[in-house]
Amino acid sequence: MSFSRLRLGGAVGQLGSIIVTLLGLLVLTFFIGRMMPADPVRAIVGEDATRETYEQVYHALGLDRPVWEQFVYYMRDVLTGNFGTSIRTGQPVIQDILHVMPATIELATFAILIGACLGIPMGVFAAVNKDRWPDHAVRVFSLFGHSMPIFWTGMIALIVFYAHLDLVGGSGRMDQFYIGLVDERTGFLLIDSLRAGEMDVFWSALNHLILPATLLGYSSSAYITRMTRSFMLDQLGQEYVTTARVKGLSRGQTIWLHAFGNIRVQLVTIIALAYGSLLEGAVLIETVFAWPGFGSYLTSNLIIGDMNAVMTCVLIIGVIFIGLNLLSDILYRIFDPRTR
Amino acid sequence: MEKTILDVRNLRIRYGGASTDAVRGVSFTLGRERLGIVGESGSGKSTIGRALLRLLPGATITADSLRFEDVDLLALSEKEMLKVRGRRMSMILQDPKFSLNPIRRVGDQVAETYLRHFKCSRGEAREKAIAMLEAVKIRDAERVYAQYPHEISGGMGQRVMIAMMLLADPDLVIADEPTSALDVTVRLQVLNILDGLVRDRGIGLIMISHDLNLVRNFCDRVLIMYAGRVVETLQASELDSAQHPYTQGLLAAQPRIGGSRAPLAVLDRKPEWLEEKA
Amino acid sequence: MSAAVETHTLPGWLNALKNILLFLLRSPTSAFGLAVLAVLILCALFAPLIATHDPYVQALGNTLKPPGNGHLFGTDELGRDIFSRLVYGARITLTIIFLVSIIVGPVGLLIGASAGYLGGKFDTVLMRITDIFLSFPSLILSLAFVAALGPSLNNAIIAIALTSWPPIARLARAEAMTFRKADYIAAARLQGASPLRIIVKSIMPMCLPSVLIRLTLNMATVILTAAGLGFLGLGAQPPLPEWGAMIATGRRYMLDNWWLVTFPGLAILTVSLSFNLLGDGLRDALDPKQMNKR
Repeated sequence: MSFSRLRLGGAVGQLGSIIVTLLGLLVLTFFIGRMMPADPVRAIVGEDATRETYEQVYHALGLDRPVWEQFVYYMRDVLTGNFGTSIRTGQPVIQDILHVMPATIELATFAILIGACLGIPMGVFAAVNKDRWPDHAVRVFSLFGHSMPIFWTGMIALIVFYAHLDLVGGSGRMDQFYIGLVDERTGFLLIDSLRAGEMDVFWSALNHLILPATLLGYSSSAYITRMTRSFMLDQLGQEYVTTARVKGLSRGQTIWLHAFGNIRVQLVTIIALAYGSLLEGAVLIETVFAWPGFGSYLTSNLIIGDMNAVMTCVLIIGVIFIGLNLLSDILYRIFDPRTR
Repeated sequence: MEKTILDVRNLRIRYGGASTDAVRGVSFTLGRERLGIVGESGSGKSTIGRALLRLLPGATITADSLRFEDVDLLALSEKEMLKVRGRRMSMILQDPKFSLNPIRRVGDQVAETYLRHFKCSRGEAREKAIAMLEAVKIRDAERVYAQYPHEISGGMGQRVMIAMMLLADPDLVIADEPTSALDVTVRLQVLNILDGLVRDRGIGLIMISHDLNLVRNFCDRVLIMYAGRVVETLQASELDSAQHPYTQGLLAAQPRIGGSRAPLAVLDRKPEWLEEKA
Repeated sequence: MSAAVETHTLPGWLNALKNILLFLLRSPTSAFGLAVLAVLILCALFAPLIATHDPYVQALGNTLKPPGNGHLFGTDELGRDIFSRLVYGARITLTIIFLVSIIVGPVGLLIGASAGYLGGKFDTVLMRITDIFLSFPSLILSLAFVAALGPSLNNAIIAIALTSWPPIARLARAEAMTFRKADYIAAARLQGASPLRIIVKSIMPMCLPSVLIRLTLNMATVILTAAGLGFLGLGAQPPLPEWGAMIATGRRYMLDNWWLVTFPGLAILTVSLSFNLLGDGLRDALDPKQMNKR
């Protein structure tokens, strides 16, 4: 009873702070999009438009009105889901983004799985062997992943694994001649192709996915490894670990049956945050691998200066970030008996 | 004292990276009795307890003899040691707030000891654990079984700890400051429970403590440690006739109801005690 | 008087620095970091002496030559010597790091220390603002800023600075909160020192060490973000020999001419790795516990 009330109170407080943060996000994207030197009108009408057309568009965009009024309109638009039209595709921006999002989510989800499968055991391994050579080796390996410019690693990997060794697929989500073979139902190619029973497409997609996902995963594993190690070290210093050993559990059993349970909650938080940071790497890696996802959409609009589309992308990333934070908070409450 | 459980001769322990031994040439034997080890913090008393269970990672342990019943503790492989820990020798730790795993039900933690050492189903282990919780005088053991450590009191937690460590019916239990984290009001209660179980089951007990009065009341024999050495061994009943000036100093530093109101004596530490033979 | 003070404080200050350096040199990884940093600074300072060619001179008869034949790392699509361009690129990299750090350090420190010391509404508002900034990955927000400001090296620096102060402010705030209750702060207040004076004179210096470590750790991220912006064509513009931009132009030729992308990438990797190793070492040297948190 007190349990549900507590959780409700926490949730209301959290909701308030989320609303404030979301509002701040809007202010920020509005400010960057409208107040900066880049001219939104030029981007639409082009360089050689007449003064008249320019004025017309200027007025249509509401740029002749006071700033606060513009902001109110902007907020109203955002709240009603009207994010404007993309200059490049002529489609509503939000529709474009929904269309490209699954490709990125597929990539990022695969990547985070790889990152977690790599980072968590490495972190535990490093903690258990603190200050001995395995610890140093793990540290250098994970810092390496953290230090590499991912767009460059992507290219090198393409040269080696695709051009020379021909082990994996190259750019894009699948081989050229499979494109259009499978109906886009969910947008997740692996799922769509399985549902359609097109195993060739499935393998091709997997083959194309594995390289960028591994690179992204590796780069995010640095953070996961470091945090796992430090959480684990905290736990290994705790008395209950000694208790478990006194009872006759082996080192391995103590680590996985007792200590690991205590860092699980923290790990979930870390992985949610790492997932958000993946989106950053995804922007770069999508450019390198010509991955038709969110990152490619963002950068291609950057280049043509469609600030409306760019800011919508930025806003959405911000919202995803906040959502992930919230999610990790909720998971924390569910998993940890002490918060009940 | 018909049978010797533990025979320790010239035990030396050095922590990794340290320049001197934390325990320097300690010898004692233990039968089916209750032995107290008393000393101030840093005297090496807890180190001995952990060394007996071989739970001092990175420390070097040497001894002329470290014999527990029929086994040589120093010669055992880690795998063989797993069968000793919890089953034949166990240890009650100081503070149940920290020594119980916060995210597992206390009953499951107790039952784990049994599951670890006996072939049985989870249900059997559960029954055993509940019976043991009742043996440490926990009323409504079924309910406590399902609770998490943060939901029970310190005294209850320490009883759970005792249940966990006695469940596999070991021959030797080391109690490392078993009551110093508890409220004064429940200390005696917990000690009585431990004492009763140890007597009934004929378990050898090593009680590590800094509390001379407590040890005097609950032990048969007392080792006085100073700076990694045993300076004196006494029958608990003969504590007042201690010969060593350090023991006398410890005794003089104890407050006494009805005693003199004069300030208590300050403990005097002489460097020559560091090298004296016990 | 002031000279006397200086001669007294300088040796102590230098001594601390010497101790930290000695500690760092003892660990092979952070020693490596220091060495790379030294090489980077030397390259930047003496670029004209080290470079074998002019980094901007095109030789259209000598394009896309593989390493060797007087060109250590080969030539690019315009016949420019890649090694020389990398050496000059060190100047750009150092400029970015330096400028970002001297903007972000004081700003983050001041904001964080004020928030932590003053507390109350001021703190709430400032921390809410950092929350908003922290709810983007730094590259994405820098991207947005550069897109709005227009692509150039200076704008990239501004954008990176704009996005990297919040973690510093967070850290400084946490530190300041631990000091605000200290007796000597109360003493300063009783003497009638203004809040600004207390923040600048008493709180900020105390937060400085951890902020410095954090800045060092940040430099790797700064380098990667700058390179990422350069790669996307939003940072340094051609013909500047910025490493990320070099990779971007080399990308077109990468399948046949691997050296165009390989060497600039290795340069970025090495420098960012060494900053990470250095930051790791510094963390061990100065502040073992609390820097673990993000």
